[in-house]
Amino acid sequence: MAEKKALLLDVTLCIGCNSCQAGCKTENHLDAQEEKYLSLTAYTALSEYNGKFVRRLCQHCEVPTCVSVCPVGALEKTAAGPVTYDGEKCIGCRYCLQACPFRVPRYEWKSTRPRIQKCNFCVSRQSKGLQTACAEACPTGATKFGDRDALLLEAQKRIAAEPGKYVNRIYGQEDVGGTSMLYISPLPFEQLGFDVKLGDTPMPLLTHNAMEKIPSVVSVGAVMLAGVWWITNRRHEVQVHEAGQNAGPAAKNQELK
Amino acid sequence: MKPSFFSRITVWGAIAVLLITLGAASAIARFTLGLGATTNLTDQFPWGLWIGFDFLGIGLAAAGFTIVAAVHLFHATDYEPIVRPAILTAFIGYLLVVLVLVIDLGRPDHFWHPLVMWNPHSVMFEITWCVILYTTVLSLEFAPIVLEKFHLHAPIKWIHTFSLPFMIVGVLLSTLHQSSFGSLYLIVPNRLHPLWYSPLLPVLFFISCIASGVSMVILETLILSRNRPTLLSPALRANLAKITAVALAVYLVVRFQDMAGRGVLGELGHLTYHSTAFYFEIVIGFLAPFILLMFPKVRNTRQGLYTATVMVLTGFAANRMNTAITGMEVWPTRTYFPSLLEVLIMLGIAAVGFTAFSLISSYLPIFATEEAMEAESGRTPDEPWSRLPEPEPEG
Repeated sequence: MAEKKALLLDVTLCIGCNSCQAGCKTENHLDAQEEKYLSLTAYTALSEYNGKFVRRLCQHCEVPTCVSVCPVGALEKTAAGPVTYDGEKCIGCRYCLQACPFRVPRYEWKSTRPRIQKCNFCVSRQSKGLQTACAEACPTGATKFGDRDALLLEAQKRIAAEPGKYVNRIYGQEDVGGTSMLYISPLPFEQLGFDVKLGDTPMPLLTHNAMEKIPSVVSVGAVMLAGVWWITNRRHEVQVHEAGQNAGPAAKNQELK
Repeated sequence: MKPSFFSRITVWGAIAVLLITLGAASAIARFTLGLGATTNLTDQFPWGLWIGFDFLGIGLAAAGFTIVAAVHLFHATDYEPIVRPAILTAFIGYLLVVLVLVIDLGRPDHFWHPLVMWNPHSVMFEITWCVILYTTVLSLEFAPIVLEKFHLHAPIKWIHTFSLPFMIVGVLLSTLHQSSFGSLYLIVPNRLHPLWYSPLLPVLFFISCIASGVSMVILETLILSRNRPTLLSPALRANLAKITAVALAVYLVVRFQDMAGRGVLGELGHLTYHSTAFYFEIVIGFLAPFILLMFPKVRNTRQGLYTATVMVLTGFAANRMNTAITGMEVWPTRTYFPSLLEVLIMLGIAAVGFTAFSLISSYLPIFATEEAMEAESGRTPDEPWSRLPEPEPEG
């Protein structure tokens, strides 16, 4: 199995030049105009908070919520990390938009054959052994592509080397079970628009806890209902029988039915 | 047989035709222009009114499985006369929900994909399968009514051979997906307001659908028995009201205990956007009708039952809409209000439902005559337990 890839996003190094978005747009043949928010034509965008820039893009979760909710498996988690999307399978239920903890997918609302759009972690470049277009475009090293384990070590090293510069947290290391986007920051993450209350439990487990009870509900339920039917039916037959004895042979024929 | 619904132009008939026409026109607009141009749905609010309406339709259709279970599995044979209206309600309810889902889907032409492309981890996948399978079961439960109309007794017999497993499967499927509609929201603890989000959502959805399903049956018999006094005796109707009251009580206990356990009762201290919506649903739909139904005077009068069941259904609708819409809103920054076309399509589909019920019940033997019922159940009128409820001179 291929080593799991990730991006290390160092907020301290980002100068807000938007090269990542430009590189991404070129790679994906999207409208080249600069955009401030994720959109159908911007798979990544920079948000500014007090002079700090934070890249928004699909986090490519380790246990992706979108993949678990998609009824037809149009979204898939590949072994190397990318969460990919197949518009030919998609039925347009939009559960992925509803459930994504990072509110990433964008929907082609204007189309009559709509698909979702989101970062695909340059899956085709990765398969050729290349780094992502955004990492390649980044002039400062604020976005660095590499093996997830190696990047985690590097993030820890950077924080340990300059504890005054960073808050002691790697966002994405454990959040919602871990993501492929690892952020390190000079400010507490809640000040940079991150949802810090998501917890470390992968969201799909919340559903799984309920869904795993289905087999028991079915088996116990079936036996119980059949049992109730058996008992009440027996009671019914006894009543028919007794009524038959009181009413004579005419009703007795009914009982034989 | 009475004249059919449309044999003369009634006010209701005219309204239904108007709503269906407007709904159809809106649906055409939705398919030609796309969801963006016709709805107020956005990336931030991808599910809206139609999903709430699906919850509502499925909840009312719970009339079907509760009554089928009561009569055919629990042998509460006194309620036999309402089995067919209940099955018809459920059948129409499910077909309409499927219709709404297809309209709601971005790619209606791909609606069959879940049948061949599986993701068993998805609640949506489970719901799709349950709805398809249960609609199949309902069509089998409904088929004898059609076959009877055309005097095709051989296939009826054939269906009856399998009816017990079918009914058990039907009840199980209903249980599963009534609760699964709640499970849909288990995965959004970060988005759904704590007054509605709970790990017990599936359980709460199931309990409340029993209250709404039985209320729906009571309301139907109240409306229908104006012309058919033999449909269900007031005593039996009062018993159904007791079942509703029990379901409401269980719901209230589970809901508040869960809220206390999660420590969100404090949310109710101030009147906010969300707590107001919560109070509306819980007081109108659960607390007040529960208290009302404690009084025999309410259970035994048409007026009382009308009031109580309409309250239950209103509160139920509010609960489902609050889960689907209000609870997902962030007041006042992220809100949603349906577009005119969304509303028109919903009203049009509701009108299709009422019209279908009215037309089908006047052409097919939904309200079985006394003889037909005896022939079917193989009983004679002198058996005490099979006696139909006494006709009541009322209404």
